[in-house]
Amino acid sequence: MIFSNPEIWALTLSMAIPLALPAVGGTFSERTGVVNIAMEGIMLIGAFFGVAFSYWTGSAWIGLLAAIICGALTALALAWGAIHVSADQTVLGMGINVFAAGLTTFLLNTLFGYSGTPVNTPKLPSFSIPGLDAIPYIGIIFRNQSVLMYIGIVLVFLAHWFLFSTRIGLRMRSVGENPLAADTLGIPVWRLRYFGVVLSGVFSAIGGAYLSIGILNGFTSNMTSGRGYIALAAMIFGKWTPLGSFGAALIFGFSTALGIVLQGHGVSSNILQMIPYALTILALTGLIGRSTPPAADGIPYEPRR
Amino acid sequence: MENVLEVIDLKKWFPGVKANDGVNLSVRSGEVHAILGENGAGKSTLMKVIYGLLEPTAGEIRLFGEPVHFRSPRDAIRAGIGMVHQHFMLIPAFTVAENVVLGDEPGGVRFRRREASRLVRQLSERYGLAVDPDAKVGDLTVGLQQRVEILKAFYRKARVLILDEPTALLTPQETRELFRIIRALKEDGVPVIFISHKLDEVLEVSDRVTVMRQGKTVETLETKGATPQMLANLMVGREVVLRVEKPPLQAGEPVLQVRDLRVRSADRHERVKGVNLEVRRGEILGIAGIDGNGQFEFADAIAGLLRAESGEIRLEGRDITHLSPARRTELGIAYVPQDRQLDGLVLSFDLADNLILRDFRRPPFSRRGILNRRAAESQAEQLIQTFDVRPPDFRRRASELSGGNQQKVILAREVSRDPVLLIAAQPTRGLDVGAIEGVHRQLVRLRNEGRAVLLISLELDEILSLSDRIAVMHDGDIVGIVRGEEATREMLGLMMTGQRRKEGTA
Ligand SMILES: Nc1ncnc2c1ncn2[C@@H]1O[C@H](COP(=O)(O)OP(=O)(O)OP(=O)(O)O)[C@@H](O)[C@H]1O
Ligand SMILES: [Mg+2]
Repeated sequence: MIFSNPEIWALTLSMAIPLALPAVGGTFSERTGVVNIAMEGIMLIGAFFGVAFSYWTGSAWIGLLAAIICGALTALALAWGAIHVSADQTVLGMGINVFAAGLTTFLLNTLFGYSGTPVNTPKLPSFSIPGLDAIPYIGIIFRNQSVLMYIGIVLVFLAHWFLFSTRIGLRMRSVGENPLAADTLGIPVWRLRYFGVVLSGVFSAIGGAYLSIGILNGFTSNMTSGRGYIALAAMIFGKWTPLGSFGAALIFGFSTALGIVLQGHGVSSNILQMIPYALTILALTGLIGRSTPPAADGIPYEPRR
Repeated sequence: MENVLEVIDLKKWFPGVKANDGVNLSVRSGEVHAILGENGAGKSTLMKVIYGLLEPTAGEIRLFGEPVHFRSPRDAIRAGIGMVHQHFMLIPAFTVAENVVLGDEPGGVRFRRREASRLVRQLSERYGLAVDPDAKVGDLTVGLQQRVEILKAFYRKARVLILDEPTALLTPQETRELFRIIRALKEDGVPVIFISHKLDEVLEVSDRVTVMRQGKTVETLETKGATPQMLANLMVGREVVLRVEKPPLQAGEPVLQVRDLRVRSADRHERVKGVNLEVRRGEILGIAGIDGNGQFEFADAIAGLLRAESGEIRLEGRDITHLSPARRTELGIAYVPQDRQLDGLVLSFDLADNLILRDFRRPPFSRRGILNRRAAESQAEQLIQTFDVRPPDFRRRASELSGGNQQKVILAREVSRDPVLLIAAQPTRGLDVGAIEGVHRQLVRLRNEGRAVLLISLELDEILSLSDRIAVMHDGDIVGIVRGEEATREMLGLMMTGQRRKEGTA
């Protein structure tokens, strides 16, 4: 029986992380009131520059740092368009996705040629957690996993605490619910929105780097293959909370893992790939626990002066 | 006495509107300073400028003698200005405590939620404004939300407090409680700027009154010695009739007949529990009652916005119980709903479109599904003039009008349709005395022309001065009907608490 094979649980977790990180990122952005569908593009940017800098500097850690910086800069562009210029946020996000796909493919071909990124690119270390990995049956989940997976799990919990238990988290959420009310209380609406969007860039870029230098050590064109969109679904299914997003990412990761394990068992993996979207539609229509976005999500705030 | 706040020749212009155009105001320490003015006179605009929400076009503001330039409310709050806004500035998804402390939360990095709750509970006990700190604001009634707004201002311990129509949604008891707090603040030397359209409130609580007209301050006077008539005239700039005259009743046959009507509200609670009522041609029937006793659900049911669970509604003898709101409109029911922004207007439409919302399906406003904008515009032009909507420009969006003028637009639309029956729910809420006079005159005119008017109001004075007959509603039922001229406040007050009275000669 496949479920008794602990392999599938380890696979689920490693499939869930690159969904959970951008989903948490999107949560930050949308909780402050900026619709963010650019996770896919920012992941690609993170994935590419992570590999490139890892190769150029010979350090995967510097690669990760570069990924984070590039992701943050891309998000900054989105933030500027959405906040300062009040441009349509969906169109902006889509634009970034298309731009990032083109840019990374172009840079890949011009900088590294058609043979792809060098095979000797360093990757981030993987390790096992001593003790936990010895637990019978579930130990395998903590055996030989990328360091980014552990970091990712910690980040998810940290993000949840940050958003719901700190003063700045409360203020960020107030800006996404009613920016005018927040403004009348002296809360800097624009600054917090910038912060939320840039955080979303950071998280998405780490998610991208996880793919390129966390579990692999190379970049291929469009290697995120829609994970940024599934992350969007995870964010909604998780009711715009980091822990909820993580839970949704686990469910979606499981369906992907199942697809991999069931290959050759006569179950179409295409069907399994539909699961995230189907569940998200159900969540939005209220059939499984209604999911309502922050009240001012997607609405630009222009102080009338 | 020392001047705490001074406003010198302040101007605030919007494109096409001079909302403030030469405002002078001085507020002394320890005084309650009332601002009076018609709808659209520029009171809220002035307060928003003082609070840093709007940047002045010209002029100066001094606080404790020092000129100040606030770039955002943040600066104003720091300088010690607190404000209760006319339109709620609340976050429905947050709890009461979160709403109150937001921007000045207890804790370091961490938000100390329990501490916030405790502080807010303390505050609400100290000021006698009971509200559960852990309740979600979105679940509260508007009255309770108003308390939260007031608590927000008190939490910040302002050195100057601005209250922009804080009493519009409070019950008389709550208003009295608020006045007690205002007096206590006064003892501490905190000046309070108080805005209200209710002249008796202004006379009761304020020390001085500044009257505004069309963006300018026209006069500041001591409250002592002022009379309601005097204030009303000053603010409107002409003689105002505070009491409406109406010829004796010429009631004809029944227009509206309601039998055993039962209605559930949107939240599935039974709110109307077997009401029987008749409204006749040529009379104004007032429904009095404490808020929440089913009167507004009753009105919605007659207009067709809520379904009748059981019972029967007849209009001119014809059964309309199961007709759609659109059909009822065609048959001659006009409705001025309680919530003008939600049910009465499409805020993002301009006035011309808003004025034909009921009739756009009919010629001349449309033919074969194509709208005739020209017809709408000429209709709008005429109505705007007749009803004195300001500014008189049908291209303006409804959202840009002051509250009172929004109400005039709704009334203009409904009255101009020549209805058989007009249902008016809280038609004068938030209106200035001049506008109230205008609305009352329209209602009486309809009645004199032989239409039926069903007036639902929480203001006993309004019910008493207009109604030919008064039905008192309590807990979803009519506890009694009295003749208008026989009714007294005390009698109605008693009935509103549920004490039955034999149906008299009415
Ligand atoms: N943001 C805005 N843009 C354009 N015009 C505005 C804006 N805000 C207010 N006005 C206009 O400025 C004038 C003054 O409005 P304001 O809200 O200050 O009146 P008010 O005295 O508070 O009236 P009310 O008693 O009805 O609350 C009105 O004519 C209004 O239409
Ligand atoms: Mg106002």
